[in-house]
Amino acid sequence: MESAILMETSADNIDFMIHGIFSYELFGHEVWITTSHVCILIIMLVILTFAVIANRKLKHASEVPDGFQNVIELIVEKLDGMVMGTMGPKAGPKFVNYISTVFIFILMSNISGLFGLRPPTADYGTTLALALITFVLIHFTKIKNRSAKFIWEDLCSPLPPWLPLWVPINLISIIAVPISLSLRLFANVLSGTVMMALVYGLLSKIAIIWPAALHVYFDLFSGAIQTYVFCMLTMTYIGQNYEEV
Amino acid sequence: MNITGTDLILACSAIGAGLAVIAGIGPGIGQGIAAGYAANAVGRNPGAKGDIMSTMLLGQAVAETTGLYGLLVAMLLMFVKPLVP
Repeated sequence: MESAILMETSADNIDFMIHGIFSYELFGHEVWITTSHVCILIIMLVILTFAVIANRKLKHASEVPDGFQNVIELIVEKLDGMVMGTMGPKAGPKFVNYISTVFIFILMSNISGLFGLRPPTADYGTTLALALITFVLIHFTKIKNRSAKFIWEDLCSPLPPWLPLWVPINLISIIAVPISLSLRLFANVLSGTVMMALVYGLLSKIAIIWPAALHVYFDLFSGAIQTYVFCMLTMTYIGQNYEEV
Repeated sequence: MNITGTDLILACSAIGAGLAVIAGIGPGIGQGIAAGYAANAVGRNPGAKGDIMSTMLLGQAVAETTGLYGLLVAMLLMFVKPLVP
């Protein structure tokens, strides 16, 4: 009987791929607007609406916070505490805006699977872009804060600076940072998306209420953990360049 | 029964995908060790439960990456089919 349930709903209605909506020509290449773009636009609209409402509310902020103002202050305080606690008082204030923006965007993207969207972070383009911004920030702050001598010594690090045998291995470890950052986020969200698509596609006859538990794990818990990990690693990599040597 | 080259590649891709997700063993062991030591640490110092939990979850999420690489290879073999000409 169980196999009959599996047989009736064949593999045809499993769907977790990115779909193109329409294509256009750009410098002779065919470029597609996909479902990921649409989901990112929806998430941006939600965040923008929240920001505009919060801005209106805080223009008439009261000394004793009430209702909605409590929520905004709680979010800002938690994000401030997270960034300041990890990056320290010197680098923290410079990066709190960026890290908070990325945190809110990735969190909203990850939990958008709950609302029937395909999470944009399950598209490698999105996560690679985020990781490349981190990569550029790491090396920008490094060049800004460290002398050329220190960077060269760091590049040859286990061996003395006049013996640059270790440089290729250190270069590989530098390039591995954005790749591992982006693949970690991408694969985690994608695995959740695929699992939910398999549950809904193969077990659609008996998928009544219990997939909610899976949604809590794959979308909420895993999404929040991966958001935290991405921001934490970004902060540690950038914060390294501000520490006293 | 005729087996074409494409069929053979698809079958071998499915076997390869199955082999690739064996990579999940490593992170399983690693996460178990991390959780065990975290339980040990909470037993010694119950006051630091919050810090221990967040450190453990961060470490586990980083350790998970290698397993996810195996999953990615399996998904590429199953759905993108890079070897089929």
